[in-house]
Amino acid sequence: MKRSNWQELIWAAVITILAAFWPMLANGYWLGIGVDVMMYVALATSWVLFSGPTHYISLASAAFFGVGGFIVGTGMSDYGTSFWSMLALSAVVGAILAALIGLATLRLSGVYFVIFTLGLAEMIRNLVSWVQNNFLGSRGLYVLTDFSDEHLFWMLLVTSCSIYLVGWIISRSRLGFAMRIIGGNETVARHVGINTSMAKVILFTTTGLFGAIVGAIIAPRWSYIEPNQVFSPQLSFFVVIMALLGGSGRLWGPVVGVIPFLLIWNWVDANFPNQSILVLGLAFLLIVYALPNGFVGRIEDLHNKMKRHS
Amino acid sequence: MRVSKAILSVKGVSKRFGGLVAVSNLSFDVAEHEMVGIIGPNGSGKTTMMNMISGVFKPTEGRISLRGQLISDLPAQIISRSGVGRTFQLVRLLPGLTVLENVIAGAVYGHRRRWGSDAEGFAHDMLERVGIDAMSYSPISSLTYIDQKRVELARTLAGEPEVLLLDEWLAGLNPTELATGIKLIHALRDEGITVVLVEHVMDAIRSLCDRCVVISSGAKIAEGAPDEVLSDSEVIRAYLGDDDA
Amino acid sequence: MIDILISGLLLSGTYALVAMGLNLQYGVARIMNLANGEVLVLGALAAFWLYTTSQVSPLLTVILVIPVSFTGNWIIYRFLLTPLVKRSKTQGALEVDSILATFGLSFIIIGIIVSIEGGFFAYKYLSEPIRILGSTTSLNRLLAFLVAALIGVALYLWLNFSRPGVAVRAVAVSTEASGLVGINVPRVSAIAFALGGTITAVGGALISTFITLDASMGVVFTLKALIIVIMGGVGEIRGSIIAAGILGVVETGVATLVDPGLTLASAYLIFVLILLFRPQGLFGKHTT
Repeated sequence: MKRSNWQELIWAAVITILAAFWPMLANGYWLGIGVDVMMYVALATSWVLFSGPTHYISLASAAFFGVGGFIVGTGMSDYGTSFWSMLALSAVVGAILAALIGLATLRLSGVYFVIFTLGLAEMIRNLVSWVQNNFLGSRGLYVLTDFSDEHLFWMLLVTSCSIYLVGWIISRSRLGFAMRIIGGNETVARHVGINTSMAKVILFTTTGLFGAIVGAIIAPRWSYIEPNQVFSPQLSFFVVIMALLGGSGRLWGPVVGVIPFLLIWNWVDANFPNQSILVLGLAFLLIVYALPNGFVGRIEDLHNKMKRHS
Repeated sequence: MRVSKAILSVKGVSKRFGGLVAVSNLSFDVAEHEMVGIIGPNGSGKTTMMNMISGVFKPTEGRISLRGQLISDLPAQIISRSGVGRTFQLVRLLPGLTVLENVIAGAVYGHRRRWGSDAEGFAHDMLERVGIDAMSYSPISSLTYIDQKRVELARTLAGEPEVLLLDEWLAGLNPTELATGIKLIHALRDEGITVVLVEHVMDAIRSLCDRCVVISSGAKIAEGAPDEVLSDSEVIRAYLGDDDA
Repeated sequence: MIDILISGLLLSGTYALVAMGLNLQYGVARIMNLANGEVLVLGALAAFWLYTTSQVSPLLTVILVIPVSFTGNWIIYRFLLTPLVKRSKTQGALEVDSILATFGLSFIIIGIIVSIEGGFFAYKYLSEPIRILGSTTSLNRLLAFLVAALIGVALYLWLNFSRPGVAVRAVAVSTEASGLVGINVPRVSAIAFALGGTITAVGGALISTFITLDASMGVVFTLKALIIVIMGGVGEIRGSIIAAGILGVVETGVATLVDPGLTLASAYLIFVLILLFRPQGLFGKHTT
C-alpha cells in the first residue's frame, strides 16, 4: 500500500461530509442500501489495512463480524447490559481473537493463514451453537434498541472514518513502511531489523477489532439474532471481492469496489435468486484475469499512460 | 593477539539439513576492524555459514557470538539490530519502492531508529558513499546490475552495522565494475567497519582480506593470510581435485 | 471405543483419497485448489443423479466419473490456470492468484450444482448393517473404504513404479530440475492436476453412498483435505494416509462422545496443534 498524503485526507473528509447527508435524501430501500454500503466500506477498508500490504487473503471477516453481533445479542438479551458496553466488549474480544489467530498462523506462509480463516466463521458458529444448546438453553437473542437505519448509517460512517484515519496514520508510520517492505520481500524485512510476525499480528488485530465493531453496530438492525445469520461465510467473500475489485493498493480502493458490486448483486439476487452465487464466481475470475489491481490500479495505469503521452 | 578482541566469534558450528551436513564443526574469530574472507569451492557451505550468522538459519550445533553475546539463538531482526548487516548472493531489493526508499528501509529499523528527514538525509549520505546518489528517485527496474548491488550495500550500511557480511558481492561484475567494487570495499575498510566476505574472485581476496578461512565440504581446511592459504596444498586440492595437487 | 475406531478408520479411507487428490494438485502442479471440495460434491451429485434417475450403481458411476472429471480438470488447468502459472513471478504470487481463481471456480460449480439439484443428495445404497470385529457399521461405508484403498494402492504403485509416475514425483521435488532433465513440466503438471481432480471426484461419488451432501458442503471437505495434507506434510502420500486416519477417528470420536456439531471444531483443534508444534507436517522433511 502506498503512503497516503494530505490531499487524500482532504478528499476523504469532503466525501464523508457529503455521505453524512445521505439519510436526509434517502429513506426506506435506499437508506437500507446506504447502511449496507457503509457496512461493507468499513469491513473492506479494514480488510485492506492488513491484506493490502501483506497479500495475505483473509476470510476471517465473517468471524469477527459474527463475534461482534453475537456479543451484543447475548449481552443485551441475556444479561440486560447496554448496547454501548457490549460494543466496547466486542471490540476487545475481536482484537484478542485476531491476535490469537495471528500468533498461530502469521509466522508461517500465507497459505496456512488463508486455509485457517476459510472455515473459521463456520467453526465459531458451530461452537457458539453448541454452547447455546447445551449450556444456555436454545433461545433466540433479541436486540431491542431505539436505533433506526439512519443512526446505524451514521455510526457505520464514523467507524469507516476511524478505520480510514487509523489506516492513514499507519501508512505514514514506521509500521506502515515496515508493511511495504514485508510485502516486497520478507527476508529483506527481517534483515533490516523488522519483527515481521509482530508487525503482521498488530495489523491483523486492528482488522479483528474493527470487524467486531461493525458486527456489533449491525446487530440492532436484525433485532432477533441467530448464529446462522451473523456467522455467514458469504460475508467474508463479499469483503474480499469488494476490496480487490476496488483495488487493495490504496486505502481508499475498497470504497470504489463496494458500490458497484452491491448494486449488481442486489439486482441479480432480486431477479435471478438461484444464479446469484454465479456472480461471486464471476467476480473472482474478473479480478484475477482482468483487474489484478482493481479499478484503482486500472485508473492509475491509464493516468500514467496519459501522462506519458502528453 | 587478535583473539582477545574478537568481535564476532564462531565456535563449533554445524548445520544439517535432514541427512545433509552443510557445515560441520566450524570455528573462527573475526577481530574488530578486520576483513576476513570465507572461501571454498561451490557448495562447500559458505553461504550457509553467512545465513547462520545473519539469522536466516539456526545452527544445529555450536554458538555464534557478537562481542561475547550469544546471537545464534536470536531471530534475524534482532541480530540485525544488534549490529550485523548483510548483502545477499542474489541481490534482494524491494521493487515497489524507489532507490531512496530502499535505502531508508535500512535506516529506520536499525539500532538508531532514524525516521523522517533524518532517515532520508542519512539514506542520501549512504547513496553518496556508494556513488549513486544521482539515482535516488529512479525505480529499481531501471538500474544496472552493479547499481542494484550498490543500492543493496547502501541499504545495509544505512543500518550502521558493526559487522558487515558480503555474500559474493563482487560476483558477476565486469572488469571495470570489479575495480570500482574493490575500491568501494577498500574505502569501507578504511572507515573501520569489520567485514566478513564470501568471495570467488581471488584477486579481490588477495587485495582486500587480512585473513582467510577456507572451507571444503562444510569443514575448515585452512586459515591464515591470503597468500599463505592460497598456496596451501590442501586448499589447491579442494579447489582443483586430487590429480593437480 | 472400538466402534469409534472402526467407523473413524472407514471414514478416513475416503478422506485420505480426497487428500491425495489435493496433494497431487498442490504438491505437483503447485496450485492451491480451493475448489477441490466442490469437485468432490460434483462427483457425489453424479452418483446421486445417476442412481435416482436410472438406478446406475454408484460403483459404475465411479468408473464413469473418471474420464469426465479427468477431461474437465485438464481443461480447467490448461485454460484457466496455465495463464496464471505463466504470468506469476514468484510462488507467492501464484498462490494468491490460484486461491482467488479457484474461489471463483468453486462458486461457479456451486451455481451449476444448485441449478441441477438444490436440495440434499439423499439416496439409499447398500445401507444394510454389517458387523466387523463386534462393531456394527453399514455395508456402504465398508465398500467405500475398500474402493478408496484400492485406488490409493494403485496410485501409490503408479507413482513409484511407472515412468510417468516417477516424472510426477520429480516435478513435485523441483519443477526447475525436472525441466532440466527433459521432463515436460507443463504436461506433467496438467496430468497431476487432472488426476488429482479425478481422484477427488471419485472420492465424492464414494462418500455420497453414506453421507448426505448438498451444494454448500464443498468447503468443509476442502478444509478437511487441506488439514490432512498439512498434517501429513505436503507431497507425502503416506503422511496423508496417517493424517486422514487421525482426523477420521478424532472426528468420529468427538461426534459420538460430545456433539456431532463439533466435528469441524475438532478438525480445527488438530490444525492449531499442527501449526503451533509441527508446521512442516508430521512427516515433512523441511526444517525451516
